[in-house]
Amino acid sequence: MEFQHVTVKIYVDGEMQTDPAKFIDVFHAWIREGTLDGLLIDVIDYRHVPAGPGVMLIGDASHYSMDNVGCRWGLRYSRKAVLEGSNEDRFREALQSAAKACQLLESHFDADPSLRFGRTEFDLSINDRALAPNTQETLAAFTPELEAFLSPALGHGEFTLTPPADQRSLFGVNVKTARPFDLTAL
Amino acid sequence: MKASNRLWEQRLEGHLPEQLAQEISTFETEIELRRQGKVDERIFAETRLRRGAYGQRYDNGQRHDGSQTRQLAYDTSKNTKGPNTVWDAPGMMRIKIPYGGMTPEQMEVMAELAEEYSDNIAHVTTRQDFQLHFIHLEDTPTLMRRLAAVGITTREACGNSVRNVTGCPYSGVCPDEAFDVTPYADALTQFLLGHPDVQNFGRKFKPSFSGCTQHACGLAAMHDMGMIAATREVDGQVERGFKIVVGGGLGAVPHQAKVFAEFLPVEELLPIAQAMSRVFARHGEKKNRSKARIKFLIKTWGIDKFKETVLKERQKLPNDPRWTEYLNSVDDGKETPLNPPGELPPINGSERLARWLKTNIRAQRQAGYVTATVALPLGDMTSDQLRSLADIARQFTNGTIRTTVEQNIVIRWVSKKDIPALFDALDKAGLGEPGASNILDIVACPGTDTCKLGISSSRGLAAELRSRLAGKCFELDEAIQGLHVKISGCFNSCGQHHISDIGFYGVSRNIQSFQVPHFQVVLGGQWEENAGSYGLPIVAIPSKRIPDALDRIIDHYMKLREKGESFQLFINRVGKAQIRQLLDDLKTMPDHDAEPSFYADWADPREYSTGDIGKGECAGEVVSAFEFAMTDAERMVFDAQTVLDSGEAQKAGTESYSAMLKAAKAIVMIEYDDITDDPDEIIEEFQERYFDTKVFFDPFAGGKFANYLFAAHDSAGTPFTEESARHLIEEAHLFIEAVHSCYNRIRSKSAS
Repeated sequence: MEFQHVTVKIYVDGEMQTDPAKFIDVFHAWIREGTLDGLLIDVIDYRHVPAGPGVMLIGDASHYSMDNVGCRWGLRYSRKAVLEGSNEDRFREALQSAAKACQLLESHFDADPSLRFGRTEFDLSINDRALAPNTQETLAAFTPELEAFLSPALGHGEFTLTPPADQRSLFGVNVKTARPFDLTAL
Repeated sequence: MKASNRLWEQRLEGHLPEQLAQEISTFETEIELRRQGKVDERIFAETRLRRGAYGQRYDNGQRHDGSQTRQLAYDTSKNTKGPNTVWDAPGMMRIKIPYGGMTPEQMEVMAELAEEYSDNIAHVTTRQDFQLHFIHLEDTPTLMRRLAAVGITTREACGNSVRNVTGCPYSGVCPDEAFDVTPYADALTQFLLGHPDVQNFGRKFKPSFSGCTQHACGLAAMHDMGMIAATREVDGQVERGFKIVVGGGLGAVPHQAKVFAEFLPVEELLPIAQAMSRVFARHGEKKNRSKARIKFLIKTWGIDKFKETVLKERQKLPNDPRWTEYLNSVDDGKETPLNPPGELPPINGSERLARWLKTNIRAQRQAGYVTATVALPLGDMTSDQLRSLADIARQFTNGTIRTTVEQNIVIRWVSKKDIPALFDALDKAGLGEPGASNILDIVACPGTDTCKLGISSSRGLAAELRSRLAGKCFELDEAIQGLHVKISGCFNSCGQHHISDIGFYGVSRNIQSFQVPHFQVVLGGQWEENAGSYGLPIVAIPSKRIPDALDRIIDHYMKLREKGESFQLFINRVGKAQIRQLLDDLKTMPDHDAEPSFYADWADPREYSTGDIGKGECAGEVVSAFEFAMTDAERMVFDAQTVLDSGEAQKAGTESYSAMLKAAKAIVMIEYDDITDDPDEIIEEFQERYFDTKVFFDPFAGGKFANYLFAAHDSAGTPFTEESARHLIEEAHLFIEAVHSCYNRIRSKSAS
């Protein structure tokens, strides 16, 4: 199966202390300074939506957001454009993009209060129901590929993959690790 | 672009209504033709608008970053998707929801689309549509297919067409209505959708239905054609009809609709709408789009002449069985409740529930049932919330849901006994916000967030006001709680600021050589009585001082209000000059260096600039019926070539012949717009008007190209070989070019 349009969410460690309004300023600066790869277009404020996308950085090929979906804050990276290469390439691109954004935010908000992302959990989903319907068949095809990709970084057998309960959700897994991982190793 | 577009096309083949499937395939071909530069950008822009694919801010490929305007690094080697509109720049998809009626299945598909193609937000508009933002043009056919599979179309959601037919979301359950307008709104929707008589407008045309005169739910008085349900008794029989009002509209200069008919029997609704469309298409302004809405035609002519012309046109219309055949079933398919009626159980102690009951629950005409309003902040909801709402609608009702012009969603047919459980379910999904239709429920257009025309951040201001009011709203006096606040990002009134108690619309001012975002304060509009009267702007205040302005206005109302006096009456009594004076000092600005935040807009740290304002697509491009038909003819020849390449000679030949007929009909239409699709009639009219008169004759080739058409017509029905099909494709190309040349000669002659 071809897994395009990979989405990754890395959760904030503990309760978020940072005022979400501050992400608006940071994301605008990222556009102005060309901090991230790819064309970034604008920032949209969805803080008024309960359990919503929070503050979004809209891009041409990908969106980033500090979102509160599921009432848990985290950095979400969502690849919109098709990416050539293998599934492994696409997992890597999404995880590395998300990890880079997390590192940038952590270094920006390093005090009063600091912002820290967790190192034991993230979500990885496929934002395309035709390519990856949320079924057991997809899970069966997906699991060995993702396990093979993640094992070098997270340790063989050192993580669990849990699919979402609602069959109408995008196909994906919640990844939990036995020991903290290094963002740069993803 | 999504990787799965072809997969969806295959998966949904045979699952869409044939007509819709054909239209979407046609649009897909038009995208391809434009991509190859074979369709003019102006025509393509109006084509995509009529399919609901709208432009968005920054789609001209540039953006002000607070210090300078920078080019966005899109691939500029591609063609544009409209004048000054970059192909790859994301756009907005407007999705028509006639009278706001939706099913849980439709909500689930909307959730999927918001998640997969947009930004995980589905936005309800002030005309009961849904809008999804940041959509790539090449994904739009797939969205359309997925929507069509659940009975939704985006056709004519934008552009110079009949827009969404809106309707009171309480129709059928409202205690005050004359009768349920739903089946009539549905009939008008189906009848006018794609109707040949609505394809040649100079601007958009917005119809609306209301079940009563006194409430605001249908906003009939601010529509191009407003229908207000009415009954009369004739020989002891109750007869249904509509009070028809026409030429209403907001925009920069709002117009109150004029009464076209005090009582139009329901049998005459569709033919009168058709006749009105023909009059608007024929006599409405086409060149100056700022004067092209029907309200200007009515203003120029006066209502009497307009009415007389429409009634004359009505008499000329050939009978159409669709005018009345739906009337036999208007009482079929009525909504039914899932659960038996009941009474509200005792509520113990929850203040939030008590508030929600007060503002979000409304008794139905049917005893034991209520409607529950889901108040959506700024009209936004997530995909998860849409799915939850679909579940909730199934759990408590038979899936009876409607969107509202206040950017909310109404769940109908809730048994009173289910109210606490419903509230719990909604609250768990983040949808249990109290304050529906009160001061907290601020309406705002997209403004500078995504609209090309936005001047100030209407959503930013709305979010700020909501957040300030949230803590104190329910402690305020009842009269304050009931006020309506509406915000537009510019003077075009998409946020409906004219018909609120307190409205704001975005403007800019130059202060100390800086541009500063401002809002005009508009007071005294009337929401009730179908938007009964319009407010007037009194003063422009810097955007960052608007919360203070709102507080002062509210305080002033509370201090000086007479017992039972409405806000509108209060404003009339104290006078706008007094309110202006009250706000006067708020016009002052701190120095830029002292308070730079005043020189930026809400939720946007960039120093404010109007440099991002573009040309709106609201009016679309004025493209004549001739140009549309010729573009269609060219696409058909292109299709013919494609199918011939895949070995289908018969289909290729037939399609080429159809393309020639289409082009012939296009040129006949400039003289005779009642021409039908009958090939014999087209040939006869073409021959009489253009061939026999030699008007069509090429200066060098004479009647040669017309003879291609006549020969193709004479041999219609003869099987095609690969060779004969190829010849006909070539002849079709030449004939279409000859039609263009003929048209140009006619235009040059009439211009000189």
